Amino acid sequence: MKQYETVIGLEVHVELATKTKIFCSCSTEFGGEPNSHTCPVCTGMPGSLPVLNKKVVEYAAAVGLATNCKITKNCKFDRKNYFYPDNPQNYQISQLYYPICRDGGIEIETKDGGKKTIGIHEIHMEEDAGKLVHDEWGEDSLVDFNRSGVPLIEIVSEPDMRSADEVIAYLDKLRLIIQYLGASDCKLQEGSMRADVNLSIREAGTKEFGTRTEMKNLNSFKAIARAIEAEKERQIDIIESGQKVIQETRRWDDNKEYSYAMRSKEDAQDYRYFPEPDLVPVVISDEWLEEIKAAQPEFRDEKINRYKEEYKIPEYDAQIITSDKHLADLFEATTAICNNPKKVSNWLMVETMRLMKENNMEPAELKFSPENLAKLINLAESKAINSQIAKEVFEKIFNEDIDPEKYVEENGLKTVSDDGALKEVVKKVIEANPQPVNDYHNGKKKAMGFLVGQIMKEMQGKADPALANKLLKELL
Amino acid sequence: MSLMKLTATGLGKKIQNKEVSVTEAVNAALDAIEKKEEKINSFVTIDREGALKRAKEVQQLIDRGELKSNLAGVPVAIKDNMCTEGMLTTCSSKILSNFVPMYTAEAVLNLEKAGAVIVGKTNMDEFAMGSTTETSYYGATKNPWNTAHVTGGSSGGSCAAVAAEECIYALGSDTGGSIRQPSSFCGVTGMKPTYGTVSRYGLIAYGSSLDQIGPVAKDVTDCAAILEVIASHDPKDSTSVKRDDYNFTSALVDDVKGIKIGIPRDYFGAGLDGEVKEAVLNAAKELEKKGAILEEFDLSLVDYAIPAYYIIACAEASSNLARFDGVKYGYRTSEYNGLHNMYKKSRSEGFGQEVKRRIMLGSFVLSSGYYDAYYIKALKTKALIKKAFDAAFAKYDVILGPVAPTTAPEIGKSLSDPLKMYLGDIYTISANLAGLPGISLPCGTDSKGLPIGMQLLGDCFKEKNIIRAAYAFEQTREYRHSPLSLS
Amino acid sequence: MANIISDETIDYVGILAKLELSSEEKEQAKKDMGRMLDYIDKLNELDTEGVEPMSHIFPVSNVFREDKVVNGDGREFTLANVPERKDDCLVVPKTIVG
Repeated sequence: MKQYETVIGLEVHVELATKTKIFCSCSTEFGGEPNSHTCPVCTGMPGSLPVLNKKVVEYAAAVGLATNCKITKNCKFDRKNYFYPDNPQNYQISQLYYPICRDGGIEIETKDGGKKTIGIHEIHMEEDAGKLVHDEWGEDSLVDFNRSGVPLIEIVSEPDMRSADEVIAYLDKLRLIIQYLGASDCKLQEGSMRADVNLSIREAGTKEFGTRTEMKNLNSFKAIARAIEAEKERQIDIIESGQKVIQETRRWDDNKEYSYAMRSKEDAQDYRYFPEPDLVPVVISDEWLEEIKAAQPEFRDEKINRYKEEYKIPEYDAQIITSDKHLADLFEATTAICNNPKKVSNWLMVETMRLMKENNMEPAELKFSPENLAKLINLAESKAINSQIAKEVFEKIFNEDIDPEKYVEENGLKTVSDDGALKEVVKKVIEANPQPVNDYHNGKKKAMGFLVGQIMKEMQGKADPALANKLLKELL
Repeated sequence: MSLMKLTATGLGKKIQNKEVSVTEAVNAALDAIEKKEEKINSFVTIDREGALKRAKEVQQLIDRGELKSNLAGVPVAIKDNMCTEGMLTTCSSKILSNFVPMYTAEAVLNLEKAGAVIVGKTNMDEFAMGSTTETSYYGATKNPWNTAHVTGGSSGGSCAAVAAEECIYALGSDTGGSIRQPSSFCGVTGMKPTYGTVSRYGLIAYGSSLDQIGPVAKDVTDCAAILEVIASHDPKDSTSVKRDDYNFTSALVDDVKGIKIGIPRDYFGAGLDGEVKEAVLNAAKELEKKGAILEEFDLSLVDYAIPAYYIIACAEASSNLARFDGVKYGYRTSEYNGLHNMYKKSRSEGFGQEVKRRIMLGSFVLSSGYYDAYYIKALKTKALIKKAFDAAFAKYDVILGPVAPTTAPEIGKSLSDPLKMYLGDIYTISANLAGLPGISLPCGTDSKGLPIGMQLLGDCFKEKNIIRAAYAFEQTREYRHSPLSLS
Repeated sequence: MANIISDETIDYVGILAKLELSSEEKEQAKKDMGRMLDYIDKLNELDTEGVEPMSHIFPVSNVFREDKVVNGDGREFTLANVPERKDDCLVVPKTIVG
């Protein structure tokens, strides 16, 4: 069989974290009643007119700068014309001729540990469509315009990727950059980051590109990897059987692990772009660009260095904590309160990660407050609770964001550091366990562990283990 | 004398002076409508109850001294492509025949703030596409000077209502001459302001880069006063321009000494009716007598304005009118098989022939492979036309010419040959492409007794120049009431 | 007529514009469009080499809104004129098959 090379380019849509929509003052918040976040502009009422949200330009330019793009000084909006019920005007305001950013690229790490630059062809601003809900048994679809007009940037890469691994690495890097900018939370599952995969294959060694297809509806990294694999196989099969790949848009069904063509004779794919007459050009002056640059947050590499210097935490900790912006933010906020960076980092890297994994969660979904984690660390550090209790309390914080001080108080979990009370228990344990006591005296130091365990059991875990140890040694 | 014979500012003054009550004024308009509407068909919607209720409110505000505008209490009619909250807004199309907006166009809001009382919505060419007001779903409006003739269009309902004295003044919209040409055909004064002067928010778009709302009235004084009220910098319209000076009435002076008036030879060549030519050139001479300096010149590019206009306007319209699809508002066909069939049937049944013709042309010129050849070519032509006007306005304060090649044609004679109808816009269309202000005012009648209009064009933001010249000319003649207004 | 519009072109434009024309209307549309394009072709006489296409007349730029939520619940507003409504949604014929 011939050797084939897969050529992949991505179109990544990212929902920007603005408070309002791109062309009107409706909220972008998730979860409102259907059509509650709407107005004449985002529902395409006759006579309504768009007015551009300034923050959208700033976020788009910031992403462009962070991905090494050239910023278009004089950028313009165009109309993309197509009929679909989630698109209230039956045109989408987007950018074709003068997109805000062009000619950038980001570096990814390849599987063999090497570096590779993935080119970014352009980034443009546009509006999102509404949502269609399909009545499974009926003959209708229902339209909700709450998402209509939510600002998007579309990041179009060059066809520089050759495998699913490179695609994932590129997406991961992109996600991190955008999250750090605060321009979006980039959740694939919720659709605030969406990737369409353009894929073609060619015989290894050839220069010419093959005919590409565009794959839509990919909402997890796993789905992307599976879709790439399946599409590669599909195209190879077509070519091997002497047929030609058709340029088309395909929809991926991740449950069936199968894609199907979205073609229809009513779908001419002729978008009749022309300059949007209702919006004036956006001129990005050098001064404005400087302001946007100056407002840029610290990126990951800078953060890692600062964490090592300022917080004296090891490189390894810094790497893990900065691997997600939410985690880094949580780290900094908690440290600011309890002033104990190493402990904070430990709680995040060990218990937090463990529970996230168990619950199949992303850092963006963490609900607990830095205040409560800081209180917990203080409780543990002051020995008010012991480490086992601390772990139990943390699970409560993780799940319900409870106030640990109150919780420990109400549930009587405070370590008993009252010598008298503990002494009584130690005496009781010594009396009840003559054999281990004997073993101890005979030099079996392991018996000590058993006895401390018994004391903790009697104390329902509330004893300070160090104090118990000390008293036990004294009384033995 | 009937109240309806008064100008807006004249009636407004009487209302402020308590010589006339707002209810009296509004009743006069409603009575006139009732009497004449059958013959003329200017209105799609008449809001008798709303107008009378509003009249009382406005009277109270005037009595309390809270409304001092000289338009307060004066009955007005609004072209039916401007949204009015709670009042049917149809664009004279079947596809919007049941549309009741929940918001009011900014220009209309500005009028309401000044105390205007809306008596109804006026007929128009469907979606403002046409030059005769015959493409309306609600039937043609008839010319108050001779009901066998058209009113012109697309603001034919507004112009006829003013000429027939069914209202005191009206708002129209002008995309390629849609205020100026019917004003000329109906013997009234109409003005298209500089693009961006009046907010387009709430105006149902035809050609977004060309559309502009403007006044239709009995005289220049009213036009200036109305423009002063409706013009505003609107943050809801990104193409709205913030102007330094909104004081248009200050240009109402009878003095044109030293004003340079350019007369483009290209506007007086073949195709221009002899009687129209004579009347317009006589008007120019009147201005010369008052001290204006006349000079003939070659504007150039005149023949290219119409093709460029139809490409741009139809392309924008094909996109602007895509939203009428039977999903969110307006007409939806009763029987259909699936989504695309529903779209196609609703739109095909809901739009009239001329609208479909322009949507088809607009979709074609934007379609894959033709964009550069047509659309970009048209935008380049527009740039050249704008340059030609820049050169002209470097020499002249005002450009004077006819509004249309002929007076109003007979009803039923225009639609069979659309191209011929389009050619009738030859003198008005350039102002829209170049964003210029223009005014149309009566300057005579032809042998059939139909009004002839003359057009004055000014440089962008120089409304005052044309208001001044128009006002000075107007002082040389009496306002002539249409036969129907006298009946 | 220099511009001959084919049936395919009229059908294609009908798909783009979502208009369904009767065969009579189609014949008329072919004629009208061809004639209009012949007329429009007059622009080819004009030398526009090097001319910048002008989409906006005035050099106005940077008209923005601040990112502040002003609009409240727009449900009744949006749904007031809807031809078919179910709860708080608009109803359209099913957009996907299966």
